[in-house]
Amino acid sequence: MRQGKYPFVIGFLIAPLALYGMFVLRPIAAAVQVSMTNWSGLSPNFDFVGLENFQKLLDDDKVWLAAKHHVFLLVTLPVITIALALFFAFLLNMGGGTRGGMMTGVWGSKFYRVVFFLPQVLAVVIVGVIFGRVYAPDGSGVLNRFLELFGVDAVQFMAEYGLWSILGVLVWQAVGFYVVLFAAGMSSIPAEIYEAAVMDGASRVTIFFRVTIPLLMETVKVAWVYLGILAMDAFALVMVLSIDEGGPDGATTVLPVQIYKSGIRESDYGYASALGVALAVFTIIFAVLSLRGGKRNAVEH
Amino acid sequence: MANKSEKRNSAGVLNKLSHVALAVWAILIIYPLVFTFLAAFKSNTEIFIGNPFALPSHWDFASFGRAWTEAKVGTYFLNSLIVVSISTFGTMLLGAMAAYVLARYEFIGNRFIYFLFIAGLAFPVYLALTPLYIVVQELGLLGTHTGLILVYIAYSLPFTVFFLAAFFKTLPNAVAEAAMIDGASHTKLFFRVMMPMAKPGLISITIFNIIGQWNQYVLPVSLLPGGAEGQEKWLLTQGIANISTAAGYQADWPALFAALSIAIIPMIIVYTIFQRQIQSGLTAGAVK
Repeated sequence: MRQGKYPFVIGFLIAPLALYGMFVLRPIAAAVQVSMTNWSGLSPNFDFVGLENFQKLLDDDKVWLAAKHHVFLLVTLPVITIALALFFAFLLNMGGGTRGGMMTGVWGSKFYRVVFFLPQVLAVVIVGVIFGRVYAPDGSGVLNRFLELFGVDAVQFMAEYGLWSILGVLVWQAVGFYVVLFAAGMSSIPAEIYEAAVMDGASRVTIFFRVTIPLLMETVKVAWVYLGILAMDAFALVMVLSIDEGGPDGATTVLPVQIYKSGIRESDYGYASALGVALAVFTIIFAVLSLRGGKRNAVEH
Repeated sequence: MANKSEKRNSAGVLNKLSHVALAVWAILIIYPLVFTFLAAFKSNTEIFIGNPFALPSHWDFASFGRAWTEAKVGTYFLNSLIVVSISTFGTMLLGAMAAYVLARYEFIGNRFIYFLFIAGLAFPVYLALTPLYIVVQELGLLGTHTGLILVYIAYSLPFTVFFLAAFFKTLPNAVAEAAMIDGASHTKLFFRVMMPMAKPGLISITIFNIIGQWNQYVLPVSLLPGGAEGQEKWLLTQGIANISTAAGYQADWPALFAALSIAIIPMIIVYTIFQRQIQSGLTAGAVK
């Protein structure tokens, strides 16, 4: 039955490979090439300018602001999301205390799991528009109306605390996903381990920090990488939620927004491609570093 | 004995605190969505001056009609439906074909092609955004659904191939061999035997792709430019983003909230029905 294998293999691979090559691989290769030209898109002529775009990028204040914002999100987003998700997942799986030496979840844990995960299926853009009303600077804003109950004056969320506000939405949307992920990880921890800990008289707090978290380290690392990649994005939220798409005055800008503005809006193809290359390098360095760091930890255990 | 009841007491307090923490987060999730839905029935005055926690003074469904026709949410919704159904179908078909061949056939260049697909996972879509725009433009596909569908399929392939190849590898050889002995062709074997066997994996990754493509924003916003004619082609996410950024104080806010409700309510309904499959479909990638 060996005959006909190659025609079959080629027949099955040709369409996926053609699409993938055309729309993914070719643009990636072109991004690197175009990043070294001064192509403005207006004229068909362009020159090779070497690393000039990258020089320009280093002198661009907006780029430095964007990089700073990514670093901020890279630290805060994973830490806050993972901490909250671990906490909630633990309560859902084991918050009900011990019954006959077995840890049980709190009452209604199924309901909570469904609700917490819900934001994950909503489009980021739509979530952004909804939070535009939550953060509205005047009394019509949900959050401001709530603060008013405590006599707090209206807060200019997007004007003064733009990045924190965006972080809030990112966390709001992400936590549920990791609750489900961690809860699944926790339920796969053998019951005997918990039984032994309960026998030894360990409290739930002790069990959480001494048993659950160490056994869940691998999943937490995966979460860290995923959230880090999310911190490199934030495009949709910044576009719809912030003042002036990344403002005021660059206070909430991120690299994807700069790429979109200079590439699609201003047709500065060369410069936009250089920004894209910078973002990719940034992302890959992060992923490699966190995976490396993860390995070293694993050896120490 | 006293010690024991003390312990039980502290456990009780902890239990109550757990409930409070979980309930607070649940309210934080639900409230903005309920607020959006209620605001669709309110008037502009009620939204801006009224109490955001109040119910609407009367249940006015007119905003939904205005959102659907005047704000063109109906058009955007149908556009999204058309694009995502075709692109998800295409992604699954092409992705499964490539994954199957890569997972179960030995041939020269197999490893190379596999890694070529996997490499796509490492690069953010923004890297290729500008050149992609140019490629689509050169092909004359800028502002067309065809162009967007092909791009959606191409960008969904790396993860789909990665996931399904791992899945096809786990399928037993015995069934495939038996089918071959019965004289089934390679193609028949794939469609009649292997695809049905791979159903659980196919369902997970289909859900993953539907949700990912339905919620996509940067690709439509880059590849479907505006203009009087272009706007007719817009998808739901970019349409709603546009309504919201164009909205000022004179804008029709109830219609915006109605538009948002139209966008989120189907997702919420589908999610509540299929929540188990959706949760496992979306987290499948992280577990691998």
